[in-house]
Amino acid sequence: MKWNKILILAVIVVIVSLATMAAVAPVWQQNPYLGKYLPLIKDAVLGLDLRGGVHVVLEAQDTPEAKVTPDKMKQLMAVIQRRVNQFGVSEPVIQQQGERRLIVELAGNIDPEKAVREIVKTAYLEFKTEDGKTVVTGADLKDAIESKDPASGQVKVDLTFNPQGARKFAEATAANVGRHIAIILDGKVLQNPVVQEAIPNGKAQITGYQSLEEAHNIAVLLRSGALPVKVEIAEKRAIGPALGADSLKKSEHAGVVGVLAILIFMVMYYRLPGLVADFALLIYALIVLAIYVGLHVTMTLPGIAAFLLSLGIAVDANVIIFERLKEELRTGKSLRSAIDAGFKRAFTAIFDSNATTLIAALVLYFLGTGPIRGFAVTLGIGIVASMFTAISVTRWLLHLVAASGLVKNAKAYGA
Amino acid sequence: MHFIKLRKIWYAISIAVILPGLISLMLQGLNLGIDFTGGNLLEVRFARPVPVEKVRQVVAAQGLEISRGIQKSGTSDYIIRTRHLTQDEQEKLVAALNGLGKNTMLRNESVGPTIGRELTTKAILALLIASVLMVIYITIRFEFKQGIAAIIALLHDTLVVTGIFSLFRIEVDSSFVAALLTIIGYSINDTIVIFDRIRENMLARKKGECLEDVVNASLWQTLTRSINTVLTVVFVLVALYFLGGSTIRNFVLAMLIGVVSGAYSSIFNASPLWVDFKLLEKRAKVKEARA
Repeated sequence: MKWNKILILAVIVVIVSLATMAAVAPVWQQNPYLGKYLPLIKDAVLGLDLRGGVHVVLEAQDTPEAKVTPDKMKQLMAVIQRRVNQFGVSEPVIQQQGERRLIVELAGNIDPEKAVREIVKTAYLEFKTEDGKTVVTGADLKDAIESKDPASGQVKVDLTFNPQGARKFAEATAANVGRHIAIILDGKVLQNPVVQEAIPNGKAQITGYQSLEEAHNIAVLLRSGALPVKVEIAEKRAIGPALGADSLKKSEHAGVVGVLAILIFMVMYYRLPGLVADFALLIYALIVLAIYVGLHVTMTLPGIAAFLLSLGIAVDANVIIFERLKEELRTGKSLRSAIDAGFKRAFTAIFDSNATTLIAALVLYFLGTGPIRGFAVTLGIGIVASMFTAISVTRWLLHLVAASGLVKNAKAYGA
Repeated sequence: MHFIKLRKIWYAISIAVILPGLISLMLQGLNLGIDFTGGNLLEVRFARPVPVEKVRQVVAAQGLEISRGIQKSGTSDYIIRTRHLTQDEQEKLVAALNGLGKNTMLRNESVGPTIGRELTTKAILALLIASVLMVIYITIRFEFKQGIAAIIALLHDTLVVTGIFSLFRIEVDSSFVAALLTIIGYSINDTIVIFDRIRENMLARKKGECLEDVVNASLWQTLTRSINTVLTVVFVLVALYFLGGSTIRNFVLAMLIGVVSGAYSSIFNASPLWVDFKLLEKRAKVKEARA
């Protein structure tokens, strides 16, 4: 018996067990304290399918008035960004895809229909004279602020034009005293007031709103500006928070049950090396989860499936090694040299088989979008990490066990 | 049991499994979801059970065809599939459903037709590129004939899965593509481990030992590993199937069929096929020598 090796083994067993319990605890919420101090799973970035939210792909389209250009796309992105910020969602995703697509992702408990409606509103504001001439547009606007008169309860939006707009507005009002100037938003007449007198200070007012919220929405739109090009919704996926939470809970449970089944199977079939493999697998799972958290990998349902699959690949590597180890022991080799020979001969099989799977993951990453891409990332990380743990961690643990002198009988190793 | 000598039986089993699916694929194709065809999918959960006729009436009242079906899942959950709707049409539908009673929107997906087309071409492209790259890798590390045998085996697995999905009209969405590619990865992974053993045994081949016996011995040597590995993956997938969320059930089902098929094909298709390729090559050489 080598007590120092046994001590190292004991320390590893305790640390791995504690870390695993801490990582799994949030799933059952049995121990809120552990979950709080080692929130491995809690810090993971959850995809929309797991926490609810809306994913929209907007496609800019050419119209006779406005063609889609890289510059217009930049403007479009800026406007959408401003509008999205008004929702106050945490970590919104706005990114361009290809030449004329924008992906907008809003997570959390929001009303997806309302969000999408507000995001793609064109908000094209015009002031038109009776003979249909446009005198000022939303582009001339400096600010728009909603307010409520506490005395009368009247809700209004105060508009302030920029200097150029103020001049145009002053000229138009001077020329149209006694006649109507209509305020039109997205082709809909909001108001059609009669001009009482010339307005030189560049201020106008829209009234007639039912609620402050309604006025607020209009003000937001006017402030953020009109979309520079026509936009259509190419794809929209809204996952309600109820379904998201449901999926998350179920998948976590399924994952824990599946992993437990593997751990039990390995011990039943491979005995001592199986137990060693179980600890290697737990270390593997912890490493992978830590990488996910560290790299801010977004966990989606397919991502969880990929994680569990990579766990299968990690098991496979261990199985290959143990089958080899058994063979080497049967040829009468000593335990130590059998472990080394077993690893050496298993290595080419593990390397070649994982390399081909990695190729599939890479292809998926470069060609896939959205959840498929996330799936490829989780699978890729899993494959690389599983090779590392199978070849280094399992070998190290097996050597430690062999060197500790705890179990000397080759039968315990499956021979 | 001599795996290689019985190879005609294994080929026959594979064909018997693939053929019905293949016929179904040609006759009725796949039951493509909105990811591929474009369209709308709305999943709502009513607080109180609502009869399916009521839901159908509401949808029909919106002037929407119900050819794509209203599916009841659970006690009061409904999945409503329609053609691609505009934002306005969607809002009207949601408002109309609210008239039926208190409900929460679980899912509302809307995919335009261009996105669907892009996804299909990208999926096929991904399959092709992945296959070519894997053949190149196997050719470098093993030999070209093994690469081809491995690709035929994975083609077998994809055909088994798509065939079964077509036969039973199970809906196919974008996660199905991910499942297929994982199956491909798994199938190749499984085949390579066996090929690795064949490679090793071929180097240590005794004089006069025939190819069939070397491959057969390799298969027996790796059999425990093949069974144990597929078992552990099946454990996880079965757990996911029964306990996982409804949204990944089809994905998991595809993987389950594919993984079992992948284990079968690497033992019963890939290795025997390679033997056949080798024997053909030998026969051609003998002919050449005689001529």
